[in-house]
Amino acid sequence: MAIQNRDALTKPYSHKDIGLKLFLKTIMARAYPRIIGQQREISWVLFEILLPMLAVCAYVFVYRALNAPEEYVGFVVMGGAMTAFWLNVLWSMSSQLYWEKQQGNLQLYIMAPNSMMAILLGMALGGMLATCLRAVAVTVFGMLMFGVTFQIVSYLQLFAVFTLTMIALYGMGMMMASAFLLFGREAWHIANLAQEPIFLASGFFFPIKFLPFWVAAGASLLPLTLGMDAMRQLVFNSEFSGGFLPVSTEIWILAGLAVLFVVVSKYLLAYVEKLAVREGRITESRR
Amino acid sequence: MSASLAIETQDLGRIYKLRGSKKEPRKELVALQDVNLTVAKGELFGLLGPNGAGKTTLIKILTTLLSPTSGWAKVAGADVDREAESVRPRINMVSGGESSGYGLLTVRENLWMFSQFYGVPSKEANERIEALLEMIGMKDRMHTKSSDLSTGLRQKMNIVRGFLTQPEVLFLDEPTLGLDVGAMRDVRKFVLEWLKADKERTLLLTTHYMMEAEELCDRVAIINKGRVLACDTPTALKQRLQKDAIFEIQTSPLNGLSQQMLVDQPEVTQAAIAETETGAKLSLSLVEESALARVINLFTQKDVKVMNLTKREPTLEDVFVDLVGRSMAEEEDHGNTE
Repeated sequence: MAIQNRDALTKPYSHKDIGLKLFLKTIMARAYPRIIGQQREISWVLFEILLPMLAVCAYVFVYRALNAPEEYVGFVVMGGAMTAFWLNVLWSMSSQLYWEKQQGNLQLYIMAPNSMMAILLGMALGGMLATCLRAVAVTVFGMLMFGVTFQIVSYLQLFAVFTLTMIALYGMGMMMASAFLLFGREAWHIANLAQEPIFLASGFFFPIKFLPFWVAAGASLLPLTLGMDAMRQLVFNSEFSGGFLPVSTEIWILAGLAVLFVVVSKYLLAYVEKLAVREGRITESRR
Repeated sequence: MSASLAIETQDLGRIYKLRGSKKEPRKELVALQDVNLTVAKGELFGLLGPNGAGKTTLIKILTTLLSPTSGWAKVAGADVDREAESVRPRINMVSGGESSGYGLLTVRENLWMFSQFYGVPSKEANERIEALLEMIGMKDRMHTKSSDLSTGLRQKMNIVRGFLTQPEVLFLDEPTLGLDVGAMRDVRKFVLEWLKADKERTLLLTTHYMMEAEELCDRVAIINKGRVLACDTPTALKQRLQKDAIFEIQTSPLNGLSQQMLVDQPEVTQAAIAETETGAKLSLSLVEESALARVINLFTQKDVKVMNLTKREPTLEDVFVDLVGRSMAEEEDHGNTE
């Protein structure tokens, strides 16, 4: 073992960041594997673009066979793009802490001076950015294949709706990550159970205003339901894009959901961390 | 807590409540009991014991990952339970056989990511990663994806992760577990160089490799079934047995000759038996060398042939046998059947 640089052993660091700087550093560092991982594992192109496009194609052909208004093709393509976010939150985000525990990373995260909330936010940010690329790819694919065009009513509102939808959705994902860790395999079954009904209840491929009112109202607890409904109203300016609720109302509800999910996830994570240290059964799988 | 102490524990205990069926009351497992230890700054302190002795539980408490159910512990001057936020920036831990990090990231990227969780400036972290990887002999693998590393190289990467943040107190939990001889030697050398570089640094090492503890540690605590049985320098611990003569005997199969029969012989204080492919290997502690004649007689009665016989100096394994009454391997087997 050649010791060529003893400074590496003796020289102290100029400083170590604490507080907000450490918080932000942790977010960026934890987001990094998700963003970089996508470039190195390109199988997602098949599993997360081409396969979901098959479902999109099926709905498009059904609508066209029924002579439905052409806007419905756009609704379906948008639903296909947003599917990427739902699957990312349900499987990748929610199961991530459980996976980190199995890998041995979770105890290193808890032991480090960073906040666990920053780790979760990093996971969310990384997942969100990586999935944005997938959603854009699905949209572009749909535009080229089916000639979908968009007529934006308000860029500002569209930006607000998309941002709030993402914050609320990934806030829910952060909450689910702690729940998965707490309930382990039982949570897996619930996620399995939730995947397909959500496609129906949240109106991934049709406007939810056609659902019974209370079903649509219940489904609105999921950020994607109102997010998609509002975005459809904002990007397809036609008589067929009338939504379940006015866009401004949906923005307020999405803002409320975003705050609710992020706050609940913070407290749930703190509870899980406390439980982990008290009972010793969350950071290891043998007890 | 004295300013010169890096670690201090007082009556430290941990009881796990085991999950059983819903109808039965929860069972309890005593993992640690009344542990009183002090480790001075700059010391390389070893925890020696079989699997399930409580070593990892103790490390988890000291690294703020687990609360004690009784007593208290301080690391770097702060209580691990009530002041975890003060302890965490000053410690790090590496476990043997851990698979932390992300396989899609390179060695450098994984190490950089972990350094960021401690607030290390990016540029300095990258320089330090390169230097440390060079020291541990894997600079050429810096840009290899960690999923492509062998077990030994992956463990070396984990070792660098632990040292990278310049902790005041570093916990190494079985760091050489599963490594080949060359990698073990590299890791031990690296550990000693790191300690030598700064007298304020403290390292707590758990191992069940006796040789590792003897070679590296300033002091060793022998732990079994959650209790610390002895704590001293390796030399002082071995001196406890200097009064006895220790013989290692290789024999043909023992034909029913048991450990108890050997211990029942006058002036035989300890006996450990390990079965081998051709027979058995015995380790005997005798008050007087003359007792050997009686043991040989016993072999003759049982038609056991002596293939090899050597007298040797006591080791920490003998100290363990003296304290527990069984070898570390026998104790692990015994624990598994309980």
